[in-house]
Amino acid sequence: MGRKLKFGKPTGFFDVFDRRPGPIKKNMHYCPGCGHGILHKLIAEAIVDLDMRDHMVVISPVGCAVFAYYYFDAGGISVPHGRAPAVATGIIRANPDSFVISYQGDGDLGAIGLNNFLQAANRGENMTVCFVNNAIYGMTSGQMAPTTLIGQKTATSPYGRSVENEGYPLKVSEMVAALESPIYVERVALTTPANIMAARKALRKGLTNMKERRGFSLVEFLSGCPINQKMTAQQVDEWIEKEMIPYFPLGCFKDIAAERKPISRPKPTFDKKKVLNALVSSAGITKWGAKSTVLRKELRVKCAGYGGQGILSLGMMIAAMGQSRDINVSWLPSYGPEMRGGTANCSVVLSNNVIGSPVVQNTNILIAMNQPSMNKFLPDLVDGGILLYDSTNIAPPKTDRRVYAVAASDIAIKLGNIRCANSAIMGAFAACLKGFELEDYEDAFEEAIRQTFRKKKELVELNIKAFHEGRKSVETRNV
Amino acid sequence: MNSNHRLLLKGNEAAVHGAILAGCECFFGYPITPASEIAHAASELFPKLGRVFLQAESELAAINMVFGAAASGKRAMTASSGLGISLKQEGVSYIATCELPAVIVDIMRAGPGLGNIGPEQSDYNQVVKGGGHGSYKCIVLAPNSAQEMCDLTILAFDLADTYRIPVYVLTDGVIGQMMESVTLSEPKPRKSIPEWALAGTRETRRNVITSIYLAYDDQEKVNLRLQEKYAEIARNEQRFEAHMIDDADLVLVGYGIISRLLISAADILRRKGIKAGVLRPITLFPFPKDVLRSLAKENTSFLCVEMSNGQMVDDIRLSIECSRPVHLYTRMGGNVPSVEEIVNESVKVACNLTIES
Ligand SMILES: Cc1ncc(C[n+]2csc(CCOP(=O)(O)OP(=O)(O)O)c2C)c(N)n1
Ligand code: SF4
Ligand SMILES: [Mg+2]
Repeated sequence: MGRKLKFGKPTGFFDVFDRRPGPIKKNMHYCPGCGHGILHKLIAEAIVDLDMRDHMVVISPVGCAVFAYYYFDAGGISVPHGRAPAVATGIIRANPDSFVISYQGDGDLGAIGLNNFLQAANRGENMTVCFVNNAIYGMTSGQMAPTTLIGQKTATSPYGRSVENEGYPLKVSEMVAALESPIYVERVALTTPANIMAARKALRKGLTNMKERRGFSLVEFLSGCPINQKMTAQQVDEWIEKEMIPYFPLGCFKDIAAERKPISRPKPTFDKKKVLNALVSSAGITKWGAKSTVLRKELRVKCAGYGGQGILSLGMMIAAMGQSRDINVSWLPSYGPEMRGGTANCSVVLSNNVIGSPVVQNTNILIAMNQPSMNKFLPDLVDGGILLYDSTNIAPPKTDRRVYAVAASDIAIKLGNIRCANSAIMGAFAACLKGFELEDYEDAFEEAIRQTFRKKKELVELNIKAFHEGRKSVETRNV
Repeated sequence: MNSNHRLLLKGNEAAVHGAILAGCECFFGYPITPASEIAHAASELFPKLGRVFLQAESELAAINMVFGAAASGKRAMTASSGLGISLKQEGVSYIATCELPAVIVDIMRAGPGLGNIGPEQSDYNQVVKGGGHGSYKCIVLAPNSAQEMCDLTILAFDLADTYRIPVYVLTDGVIGQMMESVTLSEPKPRKSIPEWALAGTRETRRNVITSIYLAYDDQEKVNLRLQEKYAEIARNEQRFEAHMIDDADLVLVGYGIISRLLISAADILRRKGIKAGVLRPITLFPFPKDVLRSLAKENTSFLCVEMSNGQMVDDIRLSIECSRPVHLYTRMGGNVPSVEEIVNESVKVACNLTIES
């Protein structure tokens, strides 16, 4: 089984390998009889024949092919071990006009990078993976690979790979063919001239699929590493034929390229107006009031209750109200360790000045919607502070602070949805603010409700109703 | 800018707005609290403008996708927190060595290990000191408001391109989660493709991006070139905000949420008759050494407040070559110190000062 196939130097290679350091500029660094060398020639030939070279990036993996970029007259990048498909994804998503060959060894693809490889396959990325299965870690001197055969001795399986310790060799092509997204999967061998011709054909098929933007192709190349197998080139070819191919059968496992429409990706826009519109419309602001002058001093508000009572949206509505009247605001949710146990609270600061700490500790207004929250935060209420509480859930507190009781949950239940209790209590908050003579607070708060519920439009009217009910109930009870 | 461009945004969302204004074309990320809103907002906004949003299968994948997109000459970013940043480090080292521009947002949470989702500042060392393998650094910007999450993300992209370097936007969970008003700046035009990029064109076909140099002298040369670049950045890009430092005897130093608490604390301390001021580093690399050195006069002492075991404090001490006392007050685990705590600690330090002198 001599190596009869002769190649001229394909034009996809540089004439002189100037990127290779040292005196040798005409030959590749691969050992004689190494599968990488053969595959490189097939690739160099194909990217020119298929007229893909100008758009091509060949990824140099970690492994013996780490210096692939010495040779190909195409874009080159060397990437972290196993990450070639992720880098390739970045390249073709950023620039769908590029073509990428994700060139990978069995350690690179089957061990450290298996997830990145499978996920790229499963996303159906428009790339061609050239998978060199030499059943060993070539570069690092012959350790066991995921594809090392049972009984095969390597530097890290000196007694031979065993099923008990390492399991069976990984059948990558079979696994990928089982996925929906990939369009083409074939296993070939870089051994006999006939096999090499089949490999050449498979490679070109994979590349053509990519050129037509049909998606993900995998070609697995069974390949020799005579150095680490401690064999001659001829012996290693025989070994592949006798030992590897029976376990890793050659052939096409999947070929559905013709069924798939070419992938097309949108063109990004940088038009200033469109950009600003997209950002502003997602924030949901529709109306802006004039700058409000009513806030005389900084107002530090704490909203607290059970998770699910809409505590965070309550704070957000108050902040949105301030923002719409050009008051400086900050809103800070409890999201960390305190969130455990189903309680929620948030800090809102309204100020005419730059806001220092957004964490409300000395509270001017406490809005409590359940008993534990009131017990917890009432001591933080400053002299002259105001407590607003949901009297449906909370017993009247003993405190010398100003207190407004509002049966927010009752109001919400009467309106048919307990979840608008937060807007009802915000009505009470608005009523307290009357002291600040906030001239158009109804408009401002209604606007805040619209903005906060912009993604649940059906809830807007209900919450506005609850808001006014809450406001009125305070006015009548506390006058 | 008209007031319609003033939005109420979480810090995390503001970073995405900044990225879009900066002309970022690709976002790759993996969910993690308290940084997830960045991915949420990016998944909503990037596709609206025909830009790329892709949820990666891991942080390893996300940073390597950024690597690929940056190599293509496009503005690209990712975002994560703590343990996710740990996973990205190998990729960041490659990006730094290949001298590619990229932006990484880190919204710090409590560690070590799985920790919790509360705010901390304990990624300082792994972000500011390089973090991955090899002698590299990234520029690190430290916003303390939603507005700065937007503005410094824009700056991050500009610095990344100017110096061909990964730039971090580093802040804590509080700043990421907090909502404030943000005024949007003018959107930037699309970045033109740099000549070194792998742009998939005939002109760029012979470009190569690599970080492997077998000859020791070649590898050393690369290292020396990187160090020169870092020295240039250290000369040109130190940024800070100062509050009442000119006559301060006690300089409070902190970044992120802490810096805002320090300003409140300093105001209270002044009322108590203690001459306190605040120095807030805006760049953590380069660390604002020059101003710190100028403050390290007779009588001044420093109090560094951090939500970690005290990581930035080393840089303060190094900056002033330990010429003045640098005290440390820390909270961890997700706890944010109160202004009162900081005031009390400052008073303690200030009393010792008077006893000393
Ligand atoms: C993160 C990381 N871990 C380990 C290595 C060391 N390493 C270099 S090549 C290699 C194995 C490559 O084997 P394979 O992918 O089969 O390629 P081959 O050399 O056989 O073509 C390993 C483990 C590395 N470079 N990076
Ligand atoms: S070690 Fe093996 S895989 Fe590497 S170049 Fe030599 S023969 Fe090829
Ligand atoms: Mg191998």
